[in-house]
Amino acid sequence: MGALLELQGVTAGYGGGDILRELDLSVEEAAITCIVGPNGAGKSTVLRVVSGLLRPRLGQVRFRGASIGGLSPRAILHRGIVQVPQERSLFPTMTVWENVRMGAYTVHDRQLVERRLQAVCDTFPIVRERRQEPAASLSGGQQKIVEFARALMLDPALLVLDEPSMGLDPKTRTIVFDTIRAMNQAGRTILLVEQNARSGLGLASHGVVMESGRVRLQGPGSAVLNNPEIGRLYLGATA
Amino acid sequence: MSLLEISELSKRFGGVVAVDGCSLSVPAGSITGLIGPNGSGKTTVFNLVTGFLPRDGGEIRFKSRSIAGLGPDRVYGLGIGRTFQLARIFPRLTALENMLVPVRRAGFRALLSRGQWGHEKEHAMEMLDFMDISQVAGTLGGALSYGQRKLLELAAVMMARPELVLLDEPAGGVNPALLERIAEHIRQLNGQGVTFLLVEHNMGFVMNLCHEVVVMQQGRVIAKGKPSEIRENPAVLDAYLGA
Repeated sequence: MGALLELQGVTAGYGGGDILRELDLSVEEAAITCIVGPNGAGKSTVLRVVSGLLRPRLGQVRFRGASIGGLSPRAILHRGIVQVPQERSLFPTMTVWENVRMGAYTVHDRQLVERRLQAVCDTFPIVRERRQEPAASLSGGQQKIVEFARALMLDPALLVLDEPSMGLDPKTRTIVFDTIRAMNQAGRTILLVEQNARSGLGLASHGVVMESGRVRLQGPGSAVLNNPEIGRLYLGATA
Repeated sequence: MSLLEISELSKRFGGVVAVDGCSLSVPAGSITGLIGPNGSGKTTVFNLVTGFLPRDGGEIRFKSRSIAGLGPDRVYGLGIGRTFQLARIFPRLTALENMLVPVRRAGFRALLSRGQWGHEKEHAMEMLDFMDISQVAGTLGGALSYGQRKLLELAAVMMARPELVLLDEPAGGVNPALLERIAEHIRQLNGQGVTFLLVEHNMGFVMNLCHEVVVMQQGRVIAKGKPSEIRENPAVLDAYLGA
């Protein structure tokens, strides 16, 4: 399998200085790639660059071999990259069903939308069970699952998840991680940032440790997880 | 002796009963954990205690005095500080300026006294350094990462020198290597007499830090006790921790 996404020498920031500094990173097709690292290392900024929410100042971003650096978020969405943001992002007063449908608002083929809706309901039964309820009435974990469902409405080639387990109770967290694993086993390529580093790396085929806007170390998820220095510096004892 | 005493507290949102006759007490000088599934009413309890929401029923006492019905500014003025699940900071102030806002609780005398102000500024920088974010002291709050905002908020609430601090998921979104240090810092402040009530899903963090743990489910308290007791409690395992 080759690299689906490749960042080379990417430098980017928000005006107050560069957050990413000549960052190199690649995401293999059909893999789960997990980025961990200290607060402010630039993890979420990588995801913003990939989704087109932040234009890199220098460097290359390639998706399926074609340059996407500097494209608009909409154009990147059309190429098949969909991001689920860190904070809760469902429309709280809209129903679950309406929220999931919103995921396909750029798709004009109605039959295709219906087919995907059925497929998403089969994967995530909660979408069908709670379809008429406002999104705000769902618990945090349920909302996260519905956000995944909404993202899958575009049948993305790359699913980008920013701290999917944040704010979730232990039981729900397990369900969310199991769901990520299942989406990957169904062939989906996933790039995620996770502060719950041990669980994230445990799930990942490829682990990336970032520090100060650069990749400090990368390798198979289990190797990164078991690296004693990385454990001491970044993973902590209790996580 | 309890510093905070909540009895039969209730709150409804339309047809949803978020807090349903909840009673709990936070002993003075303790670090008390409040855990429970998503949607069990933990944050609503925080909002009721700190005056962000009006209660429908029940009583809230701080140092034996009723604080139910007081607004957030009054509650804060009495010495109850809090942080939020999604950190609330001033985006157009720098990190250091954010740290200095809560100092005003000490009154205008402190602001007018140069010596005192300089001391507070020094203290603020030490706190930022401790949280590993002193390098962004001059950065606008709005430009900080999610985790940095959480750390800033946690550091800033302490600047008001509260007696009771309510922390809503202090470990959420924070680098695990920093958690040990944050826990240690909370212990230190606790040693100096600050009482803590914290909501948190990171069980390692809760079980190592808290003296007492209260468990909520569907708006009610279903268990309370020492961390070791809570860990073994079948109802808690079933409702929250999972097998």
